[in-house]
Amino acid sequence: MIELDRLTYRYRDGEDLFKDFCLTIGKGEAWTIIGPSGCGKTTLLSLLAGMIAPVAGQVVIGGDVITRARPRTGLVLQDHGLLPWATVRQNTELGLKIRAYYGPDGTHSPQDMEQDKGKLTARVDYWLDWLGILHLQAKYPVELSRGQRQRAAIARSLVLDPDLLLLDEPFSALDAPIREDLQKVMNRFHQESGLTSVTVTHDIEEAVVMGEKVLVLTNSENREPLIVDNPVSGSVDRRNDPGFMNQCGRLRALLANGNGASPEVTQP
Amino acid sequence: MKRRVTLVSTLAGIAMFFLIWLVCAAVLNKPILPSPFVVVPLFFSSIFGELGLHFMASAARVTAAIMLATVTAAPLGMILGQSPRIDRLVEPLIAIVYPIPKIIFLPVIYVLLGITDFSKVFLISIIIFFQILVVVRDEALSLRKELIVSVKSLGAGRRALFRYVYLPASLPAVLTALRVSAGTAIAVLFIAEQSLTEYGLGYYIVVETYQVLMYPEMYTGIMGMGLLGVGLYFLIYSIELRVSKHLFAGG
Repeated sequence: MIELDRLTYRYRDGEDLFKDFCLTIGKGEAWTIIGPSGCGKTTLLSLLAGMIAPVAGQVVIGGDVITRARPRTGLVLQDHGLLPWATVRQNTELGLKIRAYYGPDGTHSPQDMEQDKGKLTARVDYWLDWLGILHLQAKYPVELSRGQRQRAAIARSLVLDPDLLLLDEPFSALDAPIREDLQKVMNRFHQESGLTSVTVTHDIEEAVVMGEKVLVLTNSENREPLIVDNPVSGSVDRRNDPGFMNQCGRLRALLANGNGASPEVTQP
Repeated sequence: MKRRVTLVSTLAGIAMFFLIWLVCAAVLNKPILPSPFVVVPLFFSSIFGELGLHFMASAARVTAAIMLATVTAAPLGMILGQSPRIDRLVEPLIAIVYPIPKIIFLPVIYVLLGITDFSKVFLISIIIFFQILVVVRDEALSLRKELIVSVKSLGAGRRALFRYVYLPASLPAVLTALRVSAGTAIAVLFIAEQSLTEYGLGYYIVVETYQVLMYPEMYTGIMGMGLLGVGLYFLIYSIELRVSKHLFAGG
């Protein structure tokens, strides 16, 4: 599904964040990316989203080299990015309106995009309902709680029927109960849809809850991917199980070491 | 969140205004300040006559000026807000010209554009132009990067960003700028209409009534100009209520 091929990236006048970095993410896998501040987590997600271009190497998704935002990639940010002047429903429909504005050009919209207005309305209703915010569809973002805003941002991505969902610290600004609630929602979504997803987080527990595989980045130049297989992902309710706590401890040790030297780590 | 003006607060404001006027007229007890009981009936009897023509001339000028300023300043403000490079280039000029009271350009405009209605409209429009230009630019510049990135991730290119983000984001700012500058626009209109014209409330108040000591008639002109200002303010405010519902939500 995703191939990072000898990817190199640095900010202007900065040191390389990634150097000849290779990574393969399979279709239907749920990944999390964790690492200290400034290690390049969000940068990597922006590269996957096509928002920035690599200095060298390439990002290939579904066989296509990514040079700009890809119509079938959904992106959810920590800051929900909802239009303050639009209602929840209008915000949820925004991507569909943008697609209708350009038509099925294959650049801004998929060439096989759904154009039946009735079906699209039903799709908006479905996701608003699925995320439990259908009753809030006439509200403006300012009238919602943070959790509800994030649900609206997720709905806005899902109505576009993505084949890849990228989430950048989506729940880090939320209180713990709401965060766990949304982690459950996203896990349920992954189990039902089998959609490929990559979630950036700085929270170790979240990385374990949401990632079947956890990519650990370090503050030094990232050359070899540090990947932790995570068989205990997918359930918020198992937080107190020994296996879950062990996995958290393992990630904590990796982050503390910074170099990731650990026998449990897979280095392809 | 903005505070909503209610019908009750508006009526209360009007009642207080007339009460103060009534008390002042009674205390002063001179022809220079007639009672509202004299002026208001006279206003309604003359508004369908000559006063109405003066009112229409003033309203047409200020409306034309608002339209001219909006259609030129709003797109330019959006361009500056989207292109920091161009903004940096133009900013020094705006910073110098913005605070200059534009009324001082009146003779220059008369010389360059001639003594026409258009020159009066142009003078008022350059005042509103800078108000709109600055707020629209600032509004576009203040849009959070995350908002732009998230809309781009939905497939938006430059055109769709303009249509779905910059335009609706700027509209409330345009309306607020118009509402705030409506008073200044009418003040300048008043000065510009005092000479070199035959119709307009400024001309009616100063030349046709004040200079010949027709005080009650002068006050009907003042009332007309006041109503023009208040009417314009509330017209823009009602449009704001429609298009900027999110700013009034949750109250």
